[in-house]
Parts: sequence; structure tokens; C-alpha cells
Amino acid sequence: MTARNRELIALFPVAILLTAGFAAVFAQENAQLDNASLIYGAYFFAACLATHVYLRIRLPAADPYLFPLVALLTAFGLVMVYRIDANLARDQANWFVLGLVLFAATIHFLRDYDVLERYRYTIAAAGLLLLLAPRLPGIGQQVNGAYLGVKLGPLAFQPAEFSKICIVVFLASYLREHREVLIVGARRVLGVTIPPLKHLGPMLVVWGASMFMLVFIRDLGSSLMFFAAFLALLYVATGRLSFVVIGMAMFLLGAWFFAATVPHVHDRVDVWLDPYAHPRASGYQILQSIFAQADGGLFGKGFGQALITIPGTHEALLPAAQTDTIYALIVNELGLFGACAVVLIYLLIAARGFKVALLADDGFSKLLATGLTAVFAIQAFVIIGGVTRAIPLTGVTLPFISYGGSSIVANFVLLALLLLVSDRARRETT
Amino acid sequence: MNRQIVKLFALVVALFAVLIGFTSYWSVFDAKALKEKNANKRPLLEQQQIKRGRILAADGTVLARSVAKGHGAGLRYVRRYPEGSLYGHPIGYSFVQQGDSEFEQFHNDELVGNGSEFSSILDQLGGGNQEGNDVVTNLDPTAQRVALSDLEERGFGAVVAIEPQSGRVRVMASNAPYDPNRVPYQLERLNANETETPLLDRATQGQYPPGSTFKVVTAAAGLDSGTITPETAFDAPGSLEVEGQPLENDFSQSFSGISLDTALTFSVNTWFAQLGEKVGEDTLFEYMDRFGFNAQPAIDLPEDEVSKSGVYSEGRLLGPGDPVDLARVAIGQERLAVTPLQMAEVAAAVADKGKLMKPQIWSRVVEPDGHVAKRMDPSEYSQPVSAQTAEELATAMEGVVSAGTGTNAAIPGVAVAGKTGTAETPSETCGGSSEANQAWFIGFAPADEPKIAIAATIECTTEFGNDVAAPIFRDVAETILNGE
Repeated sequence: MTARNRELIALFPVAILLTAGFAAVFAQENAQLDNASLIYGAYFFAACLATHVYLRIRLPAADPYLFPLVALLTAFGLVMVYRIDANLARDQANWFVLGLVLFAATIHFLRDYDVLERYRYTIAAAGLLLLLAPRLPGIGQQVNGAYLGVKLGPLAFQPAEFSKICIVVFLASYLREHREVLIVGARRVLGVTIPPLKHLGPMLVVWGASMFMLVFIRDLGSSLMFFAAFLALLYVATGRLSFVVIGMAMFLLGAWFFAATVPHVHDRVDVWLDPYAHPRASGYQILQSIFAQADGGLFGKGFGQALITIPGTHEALLPAAQTDTIYALIVNELGLFGACAVVLIYLLIAARGFKVALLADDGFSKLLATGLTAVFAIQAFVIIGGVTRAIPLTGVTLPFISYGGSSIVANFVLLALLLLVSDRARRETT
Repeated sequence: MNRQIVKLFALVVALFAVLIGFTSYWSVFDAKALKEKNANKRPLLEQQQIKRGRILAADGTVLARSVAKGHGAGLRYVRRYPEGSLYGHPIGYSFVQQGDSEFEQFHNDELVGNGSEFSSILDQLGGGNQEGNDVVTNLDPTAQRVALSDLEERGFGAVVAIEPQSGRVRVMASNAPYDPNRVPYQLERLNANETETPLLDRATQGQYPPGSTFKVVTAAAGLDSGTITPETAFDAPGSLEVEGQPLENDFSQSFSGISLDTALTFSVNTWFAQLGEKVGEDTLFEYMDRFGFNAQPAIDLPEDEVSKSGVYSEGRLLGPGDPVDLARVAIGQERLAVTPLQMAEVAAAVADKGKLMKPQIWSRVVEPDGHVAKRMDPSEYSQPVSAQTAEELATAMEGVVSAGTGTNAAIPGVAVAGKTGTAETPSETCGGSSEANQAWFIGFAPADEPKIAIAATIECTTEFGNDVAAPIFRDVAETILNGE
């Protein structure tokens, strides 16, 4: 069976799942079945089908599972967001369509994605500018003490979501060119292999960017995500674990220093270590997130059953349920089994992404696919880890599930790049 | 680079495994502890969304019901108690913030409709909303009202009325009462009220010296163990020296060659003190155990809200072998501390041919569709004494009301069997007043075919059992008998 036919077959259960999900939420809210769920299911399936046909024409050899897996997450996210607030779900559906349009546009314009290499410094600069934007007067926005958003007229978005792609593209390209000298030029000092100092520059820039995010953007989550993706790429490019260890030490040192000096970062860490210290104030979100999970058990309470606000008030029982803590809501309603399924989908996407990297045959393609996959997987880890108190809770979205346009659109661009790499790799191998 | 990519993927697998680990810890392994955290209001808020069943009196009077507030996702139920303070005890209360107590707490699972784990999963799959069941009690509203108003006229105390053959609790009243509707905003004030202690259910938690009512237990032990017969007669001097202290009859009256009937009718202390010593410590404690002393009462109320009755020393229950002043235990003094519920059980056992039934407030559980899910099945707690002993005791107790110390309990046209009690309370328990009595009456009616057994008590009074407790018995018994 061809790759595209496999993709087509995989899309059917996704559409059925979405329809069933909507039907479940309707049944819960109105105590009756409504054929609106069928209509939503049909729209969703039509959008996926159109994308599939487009892929059939433009990237016939690309990985057949990535798009259905992402569609599955999106369907899941739409149902969850709909269950929280129908109006939010309408926005989300619009962004999904916009995401597909940008997905198609990326495939259309970057068919020869080597062109990215040529503009790598421009792209890096754009990435850094995007990161800076939330602090620029006039357009920057502060949310919960972190500078995450940008507002340009009617258009509001979170630049870090797009910036991560720019940084990965730059790093993949830079490391492709310099990996040899990084390996060959490395010296052993006191038994530790250290990279050559003159090629260390860009690494310091990335480290600096991460620290900058920590201090000025106060975005602990994105900072962690960027730096982890950087280390992953560095490791894959050079095969030197010592570089990763040095990088990690630098990050931890910097994080430790800023955690002690920047109150916002410091508070996040304190809350992580002892949420019960201020259960009604700073610890509220993480505690309620954990309590919501405790209430889920193995099988969950069922779609639409979780309490999100305190009944009779507008006070949040699970703050930011549609964005940061959506995973806690999933555990509450679908239980440990449902949550495992979600984590498994992310893992399957990561597996397909790394497979793309393995199959790719030039260095840039390999590093690009690795970087994109790594940053995606790490993003999922950072937010799920935050919500489950494995690491400090930060405001990162759960890709394709959380409510948020920037996240959906940016991640569809990321997917488009992965499929572009995949198509070329699989054409060459077959 | 492929080797590194595979290793990187392995790392991602490990990281995601950590996420699954944490998720399972919170959602399954640590879930129970988390649900009990103070900061976690989620379980309470969820329970608030279930329509809790009603609690009804025997005649259908609504004692507790839930009313809806808000709608949609804001829908919640709040408990209302239409009868106010009349049933604060023993129904208790149930609120999200303040928790629950007494009958509301004990029957929580039925009231919220918690079935077995399996059936609740089925409910969930069926998409049905959980709805509570009604619980119907045995309480008699007319008699409950009479009991509480009689108490309020006379002082703090309690009344418990039990149907002897079934153990059905018909009345359980405690003065001072409280209105459960006020609990949401007055709980602290109610708790802080140390003179009235309105939240204390005196019927089940009041620990009082039983005084002469305990002579029924001593007599039961004497007769049933064969130590004496109803004909056994001996002298009862006006005063006896026991453990270095004089033990006296009322007005130091002495009796010569009297048997049980006379001794009980006139509540002769020195006669029963001697009987107690004849019976012996082991036997007396054994009969106490049979009547339900020294054990958790088998009533349908939370364990920590029902006290055990017995001889206490520094909060510990004494048993056979512990040094006790047996002569004074036999007349209901020493360190005896008993609940009105326990004394009602003693009366009920004598009334029901020596058989003690488990006292139960609930009668049946009714599902929202009207189907009766469960019925109270009267069950025996023990057989403290033989039917013959019970009959002999009943005869002696009839004399108390017809010719002795308990004449105020008499009901025209009905034979009443009973026993008065007037115990000396340590003065510090009554705010330092020197002449503080614990006034009692226990008994049943009609004596030949008992329909109701009652214990009534008033604390810290200057009056005697016959003056304040016997009239309460009479009023409550009459009300119940008229209602039959």
C-alpha cells in the first residue's frame, strides 16, 4: 500500500473519534444526541481530506502517519476545548483551518527547503527578534508576570511558538557546517573534552538567548525548551556527550543564579518544591491541577464531568484549564488510561519524527528533522511535566491540544517542514 | 549521526515514561491522600452537585431535604431542615464547608446514592446523574415534639424511646437543641457555647451517673444468676459502712426482711448494696456487658458520636478485676457513667422478655422512583436475662409506679413499669452548685404488653427523678400509646 493510502485510511478513525467526542459532550450537556456532532465531524473530515489530497499531489512519499497523528491530537484538543467553552472551540477550529493553510503554504514555498540554509542568519535574527518582541514597548504584553504575547493591532500572538522553529532551522544549518570542526577541534582539558573556543560563539549566543528569556521574558518554560532542543542537536551533530554536559552545567548555573535573583523564576521554583506553602495563592494552580488528576483515577470521570469553576461562582477551580492545565483536565475526565493515550500519541509523533531524521541523507535534513522533533517532544514534556509537578509549572502550550492560535499554527508549520524532509528522504531511498 | 538520533529517541521515551509515572502517582497511587487534603475542596464540591436524598420521619414528615441553587455547571444543592431544632439531634447536619454529623453522616452512602463500585461504573457508562435515596426513620414527630418541649421546661437532658420488640427508636431528643439550618454560619458559635453545649447529643454522648435506675441491672444480675429469688428476703439497715464511708437510705430509713419488690419500690440503697456484693464483681460486669454496657452501642450513628457506658477511671472503662466499690456500683453511683440510650436499652430488654434488640433510627431506604431498596431488619443484640427474670423484674418495676418512688409516671388506665433515679453529680460538672442531682426515669408501658420503653433524664437539677423525669416519661409514653 502506498504511503498516502495508509494516511487516508488512518484519517477515518480520527474523524469518527472526533464525532464521537462531540456527541459525548453534547449528550453530557443537553442529555440528548444532536446531529451537530455529525456536522462538526464532517467539516473536520473534509478539512483533513483536503489536506490529504494536497499531500498526495505535493509530497506523495512523505511519512504517512505524522499527519493522522497530528489530526488525532487536534481532534482531541477541539473536543476538550469545546467541552470547556463552545466559543473557544470555534476560535480553535478557525485556527486549525488557518494552520492547515499555512501548512500548505509552507509546503508550497519551501519545497526546496535547502534555501533555508542560505538565510540562516536572517532566520536566526528573526527568531531572536520574535523573542524580544514581547518586551518591545507598545506591542508587548505581560501575562502572569511573564512577557509572552505580542499584540499588533487586532492580531495577538505568542512569538516564542514561531521563534522555536527559526532557532531550530538556524542551529541545524549552523551545526551541519561546523560539526566537523567542533569534533576535530575539540581538546581534552582535565579529562573533559571541550569544544574549540572559536566555534563556541554561537553556542554562547544560544545560551545567552536562553538566559535572556529567563530574565527579561521570564519565560522559564520556553527557555528550558529552547536550550534542551539546542543540546539535543549539539549531541546528535557531534556525538560528544561532554558538550551536552558542559551545556547543561552552564544552563543550570545560569538558571540557579537567576532563580536566586529574579523573583518570578524564584517563585516558580519555590511553588514547585512546596505548593502547600500558599495553597490559595501561588500554589493554587499546581495544587488544583494535581487534585483534578487525583479525581480522575484509572478511567476518569467521563467527558464533560470535571468541575472547572467553583459551582455558582466564576472562580476557577482549575485555572487555565483550556491552556496550561489542559492535561490535568484530560486526566480528570479520561483518567490515567486516557492520559497515557495522549502521551503515547506524542511519543508516536516523536518516533515518526526521528524516523524521518534517520532516513534523511544529508546533514541539514537530518539535523532539521531531529531538531523539529526534539523541540516538539520537549514542549510536550515541559508542560505535562509542569502540570504533573515533575518540573516547575510554566506557561507552555500542549501542542495541538491547548487552546491557542499561535501554538496550532506554528506547530502546523513545524509539521510541514518535517513532511518536506520526509518526502525527500523517502523518495531517495525508494 | 543515526546512533545519536536513536539514543535521543531513547531519552525521549524515558522522559515520557517519567510523565506517565507522575500521572499515575497523582491519579491513582496518591489519589486517596490528595482527596483528603484540606486545600482540596473538589470532593466536597462534587458531592454538592449530587441531589442528596431526603430524611423522613415515620409518618412522612420531611426532616431534611436538598434544594437546588443555580443551574447548569453552577448547579448545587444545599441542605434544608424544615423542622429546625426539633431534629438537630439525632439527624445532625450535612454541609460542604462544615462537614456532616450524626444520622446524616452515618447514612451518607444511602443519601448520596453511592452503590457498589461496579454499579457506579455502570451508572457512569449509562450517563445517568447520581441521585440520592430517601431514608425513612422510625422517629415519631408528635412524641419527639412532646419530649423536647418537656425537656425544655425542666432543664438540660435527654429522652430516648425505643420500641422493645424491634429496637425501633421512636424518640431521641436532647436539650439544649440546635437548629442545623444555622450550622453554615454559626458552627463556631455553637461549638464555643460551653454552658449549653447544643451540639452535644446528650441522648448518646451524655455520660451521667445512672443512680437508682441501675438497680434494675443489679436486680437482673441477682435474679438471673440465681443469687436471689423474688422471695429472698434480708434486712436493710438505714446506713451501711462501705469502704470507710457510710452508705445511707433516704431519710436513713431501715427495713427488715424485705424482698426485691419492696426494695425496688422504695429504692432501698442498703438492700441493693448488699445484693451487689452477693452477686460479685465478675457476675455484675457480665450482666452489664449483656445489657450493652462497656461496648459500642449498635445504633446507626457514627461511632465517635455515641459513648460507651460503664465504670470509668480517667477516661478508661473498668472491667472485672479492676478495684471498684461494688456496693456503690450496685446503686448506680461510684464512677458509673451511662448514656440515656443505654438506660433505654435496659428498659427495652426487660420489656421484651429479656431480649435486647439493636436500637435503629432508620426504617427503610427508598430510591427516587419509589422502590424500597432496603428495609431495617430487627435483629437481636443479646438475651441479657431469661424471660422469667424479665417478668419478675417487670412486676417489681410496676410496684415502683403504683406504690413507690415513681408515682408521677403513672398513666390512667395503663399499667406502667419503671424505676426512678436521683444520682449525686460531682458538683464541678454542674458549675459548682452543691445540690446537683442527675434525675432519671426509665420504664415501659403497658407493663403487661409493652409498646414503648423510655429513658428520660435531666442533668444538674435540685429535684428528684419522680419530680422531673417521671412526668416526661409519662407524657412521651402517653403520646406514643395514643398514636398507636
